[in-house]
Amino acid sequence: MPEADDLDLEAAHRGSINPVSTLEPTDTAQVVEHEPLTMRQQRARLGIGGKLAIAWLAFVTLAAVLAPVLPLDDPNQSVTSIVRQGPGTDGHLLGGDALGRDILSRMVWGGRASLLLAFSSVLLGLVVGGMFGLVAGYLRGRTDRVLTVGFDTLLSFPQIILAVTLVTVFASQQGTSTTRRMVVLILSLGVVSIPVLARITRANTLMWSEREFVQAARAMGARTTSIMVREVLPNVLPAMFSIALLGVAVVIVAEGGLSILGVGVLLPTPSWGNVLAEGRADLRAAPHIVLIPTVVIFLTVLSLNYLGDIVRARFDVRESAL
Amino acid sequence: MHASADEFPRAGRGLLDVSDLRTQFRTPRGVVTAVDGVSLSLQRGRTLGLVGESGCGKSVLSRSIMGLLPPTATRTGEITFQGERLDLLGDDAMRSYWGVQVSMVFQDPMTSLNPVMKIGRQILEPLEVHTDLDKAAARETAVNLLRSVHIPEPERRLKQYPHELSGGMRQRVVIAIALACGPQLVFADEPTTALDVTVQAQILDLLDEQQRERDMAMVLVSHDLGVVAGRTHEIAVMYAGQIVEIAPTTTLFSEVRMPYTEALLKAVPRLENASHSRLQVIGGRPPDLASPPPGCRFAPRCPYAQARCHTEMPPLVEADTPGHFYRCWFPVGTDAGREALERNVAAKVPQAEAAVTGQLTVEAG
Repeated sequence: MPEADDLDLEAAHRGSINPVSTLEPTDTAQVVEHEPLTMRQQRARLGIGGKLAIAWLAFVTLAAVLAPVLPLDDPNQSVTSIVRQGPGTDGHLLGGDALGRDILSRMVWGGRASLLLAFSSVLLGLVVGGMFGLVAGYLRGRTDRVLTVGFDTLLSFPQIILAVTLVTVFASQQGTSTTRRMVVLILSLGVVSIPVLARITRANTLMWSEREFVQAARAMGARTTSIMVREVLPNVLPAMFSIALLGVAVVIVAEGGLSILGVGVLLPTPSWGNVLAEGRADLRAAPHIVLIPTVVIFLTVLSLNYLGDIVRARFDVRESAL
Repeated sequence: MHASADEFPRAGRGLLDVSDLRTQFRTPRGVVTAVDGVSLSLQRGRTLGLVGESGCGKSVLSRSIMGLLPPTATRTGEITFQGERLDLLGDDAMRSYWGVQVSMVFQDPMTSLNPVMKIGRQILEPLEVHTDLDKAAARETAVNLLRSVHIPEPERRLKQYPHELSGGMRQRVVIAIALACGPQLVFADEPTTALDVTVQAQILDLLDEQQRERDMAMVLVSHDLGVVAGRTHEIAVMYAGQIVEIAPTTTLFSEVRMPYTEALLKAVPRLENASHSRLQVIGGRPPDLASPPPGCRFAPRCPYAQARCHTEMPPLVEADTPGHFYRCWFPVGTDAGREALERNVAAKVPQAEAAVTGQLTVEAG
């Protein structure tokens, strides 16, 4: 065995995470490669904020998922004694709303609707937008130009107005089911997240397709689809996820807006948005009805944005690529 | 005027025959001719060195032959590989050649391995595409490949990611992948440029050894004459998209004809020279390939250049030694060349003075 490579190997054995161990005289390349990475990792540590964000999101998600088995009141049951009463009344932790329904229960059940809506519509954008972005960025040329025009067209739809229109036309008739309203909401909010995710995917695909390993895969006879899915996609995923996290936050806020306009999740099914919308009338008499969903939405959106930033810093996704 | 197949009479059909290959790119500045009428041929088990400075078209030439060009490029000319016209094949048909018949070792092992895929996966991929080996057999092959490129503990490496290996190790992996399906012809595109000097020699030795064991043909692309000197049967020197001199390796070093080759040789540092002695540089820059000069492309930088050189492109002509071709009106080592240089020195042409004194006073160009 050549001696220089033995040294290299030892560095590799030790895991080569510690930059000092890679400072072998025969191995400048490794040092050069690892230095910026370590710095980037430091910058992108989770930190206390990141941990709090993850904890809050985990708490909210768990509560929503476990709603049926949690010892909660029926979210639609009216109790006259807690109408517009503040937190703590009669053992109702967050008090009651204008109809005497338990707000804690409505928030937990509302999380189911809000989070389901947010994650589903972004998932739609992630899958459809990701696919088109990958194809546009890898194939380039005419395919890219046609798809880009498509993305731009979709992007020019104002999200709220599109959703209002679609919900009004397809899910506002007498007797519309909660599920139907939900599906239309997911589709209309998802449609708007498609071009955003498609563009970030396309931009990153353009960058990664230039790398030699993509050329190398081609030179070894790999098929185009397999290059896109196996070589390019895994490298693009971090960028897609960081934007998707921000997208979830945007949809949660949008659902609140739609609820205020009366086209959110169909009542009496609770969602964070419609708890807030219903509380508006009693803002003076019972501000807690509005404040509670506001704080929950605020914390959730903050956590999502914060995590999105961490993912972006960790994987060095450039904002300009948007 | 361009060199065509008729001007380049190479006997016999080799493993690879390229004739009058021209590759052009459409750019916002106009059409750039990166490879301009290149012809060459390569036999089984032989190594061709492809030398030239950055941007002379050597990488584009190897990618043109392999058919790995971006969509903005157009390619004309004939490429015959084992009797098949590769230039007539589309990507789908080429896929049965890529990796199996022709393959490529890339320059930078930092970027030519996928950072998020384990080494094992990356070696297995081409084996799965091109062979019918079952899982166990493919794995066995992968381990043997890693062993053949002298990677210790190959089983363990399969489970590692590229960032866990050093540059030299990574380049060994890249070579193992390129050789996985037993290609007949390998392009090594500056395989050692991104590596440390100590590792360079090992990688070149490895390529040498593999080539001999597998009886492959190899095209070794480099900007460094020193890299190709001891390891090739033949060397082609490229300048501004053209082959300006091609000869068996020993002949090229002993009977230089083209002034550009001479200048390259003078630019190589030598151990016998006193330390701190100045290296000879070639003044000026290579021509713009979007609008190359009408005559010899090296003329603006050439110490021998006469009026004719600036207006008339010299054809590729054969020297006294068979198989030695060069492109020059006033070749080095001939009376015509000596007179041309003397005339230029007398006229105080800066490049000529620089070539004689070894000192570059005025930037040519």
